[in-house]
Amino acid sequence: MIERPLGPLPLDAPVPGSSFTDLLESLGASPQITIPPGTQVPAVPEGTTVLALRYDGGVVMAGDRRATEGHLVAHRRIRKVFPADRFSAVAIAGVAGLAMDMVKLFQVELEHYEKIEGLRLSLEGKASFLARMVRSQLPMAVQGLVVVPLFAGYDERETRGRVYTYDVVGGRYEETEFGSTGSGSGLAKAYLRTAYEDDLGPEDATAIAVNALVAASTEDTATGGPDLKRGILPNVVRIDPDGLLELDDETIFPFAETAVETIR
Amino acid sequence: MSIPFYVAPEQLVRDKAEFARKGIARGRSIVAVDYAEGLLLLAENPSTALHKISEVYDRIAFAGVGKYNEFETLRKAGIRQADLMGYLYSRDDVTAMGLATAFAQTLGMIFTRDPKPFEVEILLAEISEDGSEHRLFRVTYDGTLFDERKYVAIGGKAEQLMEALDDLWSEDMTLEQAFNAGVEAFSRAEGREPEGWEVAVLDGGNGRRSFRRLSADEIGTS
Repeated sequence: MIERPLGPLPLDAPVPGSSFTDLLESLGASPQITIPPGTQVPAVPEGTTVLALRYDGGVVMAGDRRATEGHLVAHRRIRKVFPADRFSAVAIAGVAGLAMDMVKLFQVELEHYEKIEGLRLSLEGKASFLARMVRSQLPMAVQGLVVVPLFAGYDERETRGRVYTYDVVGGRYEETEFGSTGSGSGLAKAYLRTAYEDDLGPEDATAIAVNALVAASTEDTATGGPDLKRGILPNVVRIDPDGLLELDDETIFPFAETAVETIR
Repeated sequence: MSIPFYVAPEQLVRDKAEFARKGIARGRSIVAVDYAEGLLLLAENPSTALHKISEVYDRIAFAGVGKYNEFETLRKAGIRQADLMGYLYSRDDVTAMGLATAFAQTLGMIFTRDPKPFEVEILLAEISEDGSEHRLFRVTYDGTLFDERKYVAIGGKAEQLMEALDDLWSEDMTLEQAFNAGVEAFSRAEGREPEGWEVAVLDGGNGRRSFRRLSADEIGTS
């Protein structure tokens, strides 16, 4: 266990470089754990469908709000889409507890690098780092505790939105149009494949993203559709040259309302 | 075997302090000025690549004068400490007071133990979540910690700058007024043309990460 870091500062970095994850590891405070093979893993909440799509000048990312535990609904207002920094966002599917920890570490990692170096990582650099974090999770994944993120952001160098999907071994794939992960991703992608067009505007892209989540929720029980009465609405973020914008519930409500009416 | 000369501790401390003060006096100074919505940090800095002012945490900024590599080492150690605390506990548990104490202990230890003290002076600025309360801490080369109000200056011309700011500072200034007060203080203290400004603010209106770098032109128009 790490000592509470008080008293004089250690001036020499315990590890070279500017990585916060490496710093944690060197102090023995890494969140990484391994469990012996064959251990019975209890049922834990799992996050389901998240997706991202590119539009003209940016990218939109959305996720439903449900977490399931076996065939039960564990949480109905969980958050699965997170800002990673000013120009990128990360969404999670899989074991919620581990995934949220990964997001928290990823957020600190990006900010730490930016402060130490005085520069933001390139979008490609952020995506690569996330791949490394997923790979370090592999021993857990083979025992059933799978975490698969989705990463999207605005590339300031190439001036366009980009979407990356991952697999359990940390494989990183850039998607040309859209990406989705989680239990309802097949259904969401089926919808996106027919609805997606080149050079969409931000509003149309948001509508398509919400529609795709609703489409997934109609057949996949693990994906939660919008609950307009209780005010449970999908999380949506948009990223463009001005940075990341989290849409609030009032903005999302009409999209959700239309989606519930139009998706059969 | 040679016997080392005996040096009285008073003499040793005096020599080290004089050495550190000389080093700091060679560099250019920095001021921090409190204005209505936040804190302004202003440094005379001809370089646009090597910064003296930097973000440490959500509402905390760091500024250092003296030897670049030495305050840079301290800056990085401070960021590591802040991010570590914030990750292990909560973002609210990272305070300028805690960091300033750590800097003071570090500098104090180096001053007494190491043959050569750090030739630096450190400033930590913090604003509260809504931007209404401001805190300023100054740490000197020997680890002495000062809690300052309204405005503070560090570096070779600190005394002259503080005197000038005594006269120029007033309550609830706008950012532009604070900037002008800072520039005027420099011109009175240095008595020469400035060689370029490095400007940053901690502003309550900037969201979670309240630190922003500004150019001198931006302030005139904001």
